[in-house]
Amino acid sequence: MKAVLTVTGKDKVGIIAMASTECAKFGANIIDISQTVLKEYFAMIMLVELDGLTTDFKGFAESMELKGKESGVDIRVMHEDIFNSMHKI
Amino acid sequence: MLNTTDILETITMIREENLDIRTVTMGISLFDCISDDPARLEEKIYDKITTSAKNLVRVAEDLERTYGIPIVNKRISVTPISLIGAGLSPDGFVRLAHTLERCASTLGVNFIGGFSALVQKGATKGAASLIEAIPQALTETDHICSSVNVASTKAGINMDAVKKMGEIIKETAYLTREEDSLGCAKLVVFANIPEDNPFMAGALHGIGEPDTVINVGVSGPGVVAAAIKKAGSCDFSTLADTVKKIAFKITRVGQLIAAEAASRLGVPYGIVDLSLAPTPAAGDSVAEILENMGLERCGTHGTTAALALLNDAVKKGGVMASSHVGGLSGAFIPVSEDRGMIDAVKCGTLTLEKLEAMTAVCSVGLDMIAIPGDTSAATISGIIADEISIGVVNTKTTAVRVIPVWGKGVGEVAEFGGLLGYAPIIPLKNESCEAFISRGGRIPAPIHSLKN
Repeated sequence: MKAVLTVTGKDKVGIIAMASTECAKFGANIIDISQTVLKEYFAMIMLVELDGLTTDFKGFAESMELKGKESGVDIRVMHEDIFNSMHKI
Repeated sequence: MLNTTDILETITMIREENLDIRTVTMGISLFDCISDDPARLEEKIYDKITTSAKNLVRVAEDLERTYGIPIVNKRISVTPISLIGAGLSPDGFVRLAHTLERCASTLGVNFIGGFSALVQKGATKGAASLIEAIPQALTETDHICSSVNVASTKAGINMDAVKKMGEIIKETAYLTREEDSLGCAKLVVFANIPEDNPFMAGALHGIGEPDTVINVGVSGPGVVAAAIKKAGSCDFSTLADTVKKIAFKITRVGQLIAAEAASRLGVPYGIVDLSLAPTPAAGDSVAEILENMGLERCGTHGTTAALALLNDAVKKGGVMASSHVGGLSGAFIPVSEDRGMIDAVKCGTLTLEKLEAMTAVCSVGLDMIAIPGDTSAATISGIIADEISIGVVNTKTTAVRVIPVWGKGVGEVAEFGGLLGYAPIIPLKNESCEAFISRGGRIPAPIHSLKN
């Protein structure tokens, strides 16, 4: 399955490095990545493939969220289908 | 890849605008539990419910985690208990309420609905016994909801039942007087009750439903209010389109969760209920939507029109987003559960008469309204009769859930706690309707030609 990982918060050095290192640690493969910075507000979106995950979805999502908190940004991991359902007919 | 703006819009809806799935409700038929031995009946009901729904809470929590959207309630609806325990005495029905309560506690669900009777044309012995049992059953349990259908467009209004329900509500209020008559918040009187409604307190599993089914109720007044605010001072066509678009998105999430929950539980998917269900939290209010349309305060002139537009647009947007739609589907206006409504009642702009008019164009009816504790049973029946007439004549569901708050009067506030919120006590008319209510019998079904 694929999930959308969003990182939002105040822009600073090393956010992408932190998120991608965490993903690699759990075997989550980054397929696509995009980011925007509006004023000082940072929004990064990663599409990750979770078939090779070394833990379960819950464990991965909770670890990512915790890592985000430690780094002062908000990280969310959600199944891509919620976005597909809402925004594609 | 998905569009960044779309992804951030979804995140904002969930994080800042209180978008959630209000309920995943499993409907369970209890017909195969019927037994002439009351102890065996209780045992079979307990086994059927706890087996059928054993994974409900876990699956709902997994879905919350996977899709990142809160699922506020996990609930169960059952076949109207008056049909299942038809031979029981009122005491027997109270014992069944305790059995259902044990199921709720074992499974960890928020509510079980279906302690219900359908008496639109007349009451069977079982239905009459269940109605007698309601006050005690709701006092002695915490998670059981009760509903009584007293009228339908085809049958007319059973005024004997309307009279009786005034007395039952009054008695329930007295028995739960220590908690601001909270028992009445778990009891609804209906006209044209739907058989697949996932929302409490009126949920039941209709007789034409499959053995088990998953129904989902969506929410999201905050999302609609924010979209309208963003749309600014557009004309009505654009306003309606804005609501339709956002209702489509909200409902698609409901559809996704309903289909996924049904598949994981191995149960048929029933319907998505397209409802805007408010909560007492800031930014989760239907009144706020109406005010964002340009009303200084909900309840003022123009409110019924604004609500009619909202309700229609929500349905139009939602219908395309879901393969099966049902339940109550529309905007809810439960006063104690909506901060904007509470404020509007407090300042006197929103009155019972205006609320009654609003129910002619939206779903449900007079919902979660606190009335003075010394209101007579006949007056409560009068309120029910008025509201039920709107449903019967207009071929729609209407309902009454009023709480005569024991020991409190106009100017005071009833506190129900949690999602049930709090409500200022609303003033009623002083003149009696007792002679009208006491006539007895039925109001005939309305004619459906010569429409005016």
